[in-house]
Amino acid sequence: MPAFPEAARKALADTQLRRNLAHATGTIRAKREAVVGEVAEWEELRLAGAAIKDNTLRRLDEHLLTLEASLQARGATVHWARDAAEACEIVARIAHGHGIDEVVKVKSMATQEIGLNEALAAHGVTAWETDLAELIVQLGDDLPSHILVPAIHRNRAEIREVFRRGMADAGRPAPPGLSDEPAELAAAARLHLREKFLRARMAVSGANFAVAESGTLVVVESEGNGRMCLTLPEVLVSVVGIEKVVPTFADLDVFLQLLPRSSTGERMNPYTSTWSGVTPGDGPQEMHVVLLDNGRTRALADEVGRQALRCIRCSACLNVCPVYERTGGHAYGSVYPGPIGAILNPLLKGVGVDEQTDSLPYASTLCGACFEACPVRIDIPEVLVHLRAKVVDAHREGVPKPEAVAMKSAAWLLSDARRLGLAERGLGVANRALTRFGRRVLPGGRRALGRLPWPGSLWTNARDLPAPPRESFRAWWRKGGRP
Amino acid sequence: MKVAVMVTCINDSLFPDTGKSVFRLLRRLGVDADFPAAQTCCAQPMVNTGYLDEAVPVVRTFVDAFAGYDAIVTPSGSCAGSVRHQHSIVARRAGEERLASAAPRVYELSEFLVDVLGVTDVNAYFPHRATYHPTCHSLRMLGVGDKPLRLLREVRGLDLVELPAAAECCGFGGTFAVKNAETSTAMGADKARHVRGTGAEVLVAGDSSCLLHIGGLLSRERSGVRVMHLADVLASTEEEA
Repeated sequence: MPAFPEAARKALADTQLRRNLAHATGTIRAKREAVVGEVAEWEELRLAGAAIKDNTLRRLDEHLLTLEASLQARGATVHWARDAAEACEIVARIAHGHGIDEVVKVKSMATQEIGLNEALAAHGVTAWETDLAELIVQLGDDLPSHILVPAIHRNRAEIREVFRRGMADAGRPAPPGLSDEPAELAAAARLHLREKFLRARMAVSGANFAVAESGTLVVVESEGNGRMCLTLPEVLVSVVGIEKVVPTFADLDVFLQLLPRSSTGERMNPYTSTWSGVTPGDGPQEMHVVLLDNGRTRALADEVGRQALRCIRCSACLNVCPVYERTGGHAYGSVYPGPIGAILNPLLKGVGVDEQTDSLPYASTLCGACFEACPVRIDIPEVLVHLRAKVVDAHREGVPKPEAVAMKSAAWLLSDARRLGLAERGLGVANRALTRFGRRVLPGGRRALGRLPWPGSLWTNARDLPAPPRESFRAWWRKGGRP
Repeated sequence: MKVAVMVTCINDSLFPDTGKSVFRLLRRLGVDADFPAAQTCCAQPMVNTGYLDEAVPVVRTFVDAFAGYDAIVTPSGSCAGSVRHQHSIVARRAGEERLASAAPRVYELSEFLVDVLGVTDVNAYFPHRATYHPTCHSLRMLGVGDKPLRLLREVRGLDLVELPAAAECCGFGGTFAVKNAETSTAMGADKARHVRGTGAEVLVAGDSSCLLHIGGLLSRERSGVRVMHLADVLASTEEEA
């Protein structure tokens, strides 16, 4: 995967993509703003959500052991997975143990994070996504580009094509004469998926929350497809990030208010499914829970970065991010795109590992819109700056990059007013040279510089630059200049 | 009250007239402010790019330059935000508590005028159609709210028109403008389009860096729209017009 600036270039040139994104994020932004505005105590709810998560993370080990015990007491089997490979191995082993070669899936970020579908395929097990947007992505042999709306980059005409081309290979073909009307597209997906719900003997889910005291897992969704997966098959495997634990059932109260308003702009989500272990004669008769670390303890060890583990995957930060709106999710090279992805990926993987991960903390203007929208008050700009420092520190050994040289020189210059004054005198000299040659004039009359050679071109390829002034403020003041 | 103006490195070296405007404005309001000549930069370029070790001596210079002043006024929401929120990070890194000491005394220009001096009518005259871009750090990092607009609404002759999607970032973002030049330009182009749509002759904002970026695009597009710092508009009077 290329570094962010390069990956973004492709998206920036895709007019259809940018139109789709601007339309979709604009719509969901307006919806979110309206329903958040209805809640007088929204700020208190945010503070409560952040506090519950922080307190839980502080004693994560204890809460996880409680969760394990409650789950076991209710007849579930608990597995611990250190990384993606271990987690995938566990799920594949369970499928093989039952002679199962296909599973249905509830939309889940954790299983995407670990590349479960691909891993299962390597074990001869086909995984079918049942969330409508995930189905679009899967049938189109595409990658998700948004946490909540994985196919946000597609419009309905493109979705019709995906269905017509992809459904037949995956099961029931698209109905003949399928149009791009949303109702027809939904009906086609319904027929296609129903076969799979009724046939599958095993389902794989994630969980939005895991309640420690009662051993209850929770999935929040809009379509009901998840509930089909959670109730119909005999075997249910849930892959759950260890940060999903909340101590008590009462804690859900806060999050079930914060999550739907922040994510879909709804007051309440249509389907909230909770399941606790096994109930004879009703629902799955065998239940497994895979508790996944995969870098979470690394993030937890980071004093500033650990707040990212509060994330409830609502995607509000994506929808308000001006960078995401222009580049889309693929540029982030991960299932977690946007502002949260820009901090979560380096926190989970560690910085200094590869160029792509190291580019993510810089994929932001630090405008702060994400922090303002985050329902659990993750100070994303603060973490971004913190991670940038970690990236820089990871590369302090060896030959310095041009940027490091520039920063060191700038710091040397700016540590002493006399040095800065001298440099500014140089700009004055440049002014006199440019007054002779520079032809461009900015609105208002000031002379401007056009295209400069590299590295100035990084600025002047698209933007004029005012010519330096004849005299700096400091020089003017020193001469006794007074307004 | 001993008041110092932190002109900022970008105004000092590239927009000296904005520094002069701040002094002219303050003098008109009866404030005899000083320019501590030892000042350089708030160190935000280093901090925001991740060069914390490099930021330490710059912040040290800053703190020394402004020691002994009761208030530090600056025509930059971004630099005020950096002093208020980032100097503590540098102080922690260096193990020098003193490096965070300027934070409680720094004011962005509109904050100083409205909150400290208690004025919104600064006796300015600026007979142009203008629109205002609330820069991200003024808006969200400092939370200056509508203070700049309250000041602008009192300017005589000014036809202030609303900017669509005003709260959206212009795409400057310090080194983001060169590290992610193409995304930066895409964001700025949308901002410039909204500015043009207002029919304003002048775009006003409280940060020269954002204006440098948006102004650079507006100029390249031959839009005929000029950019001006809030301080320059507020300093304008009938005599000069």
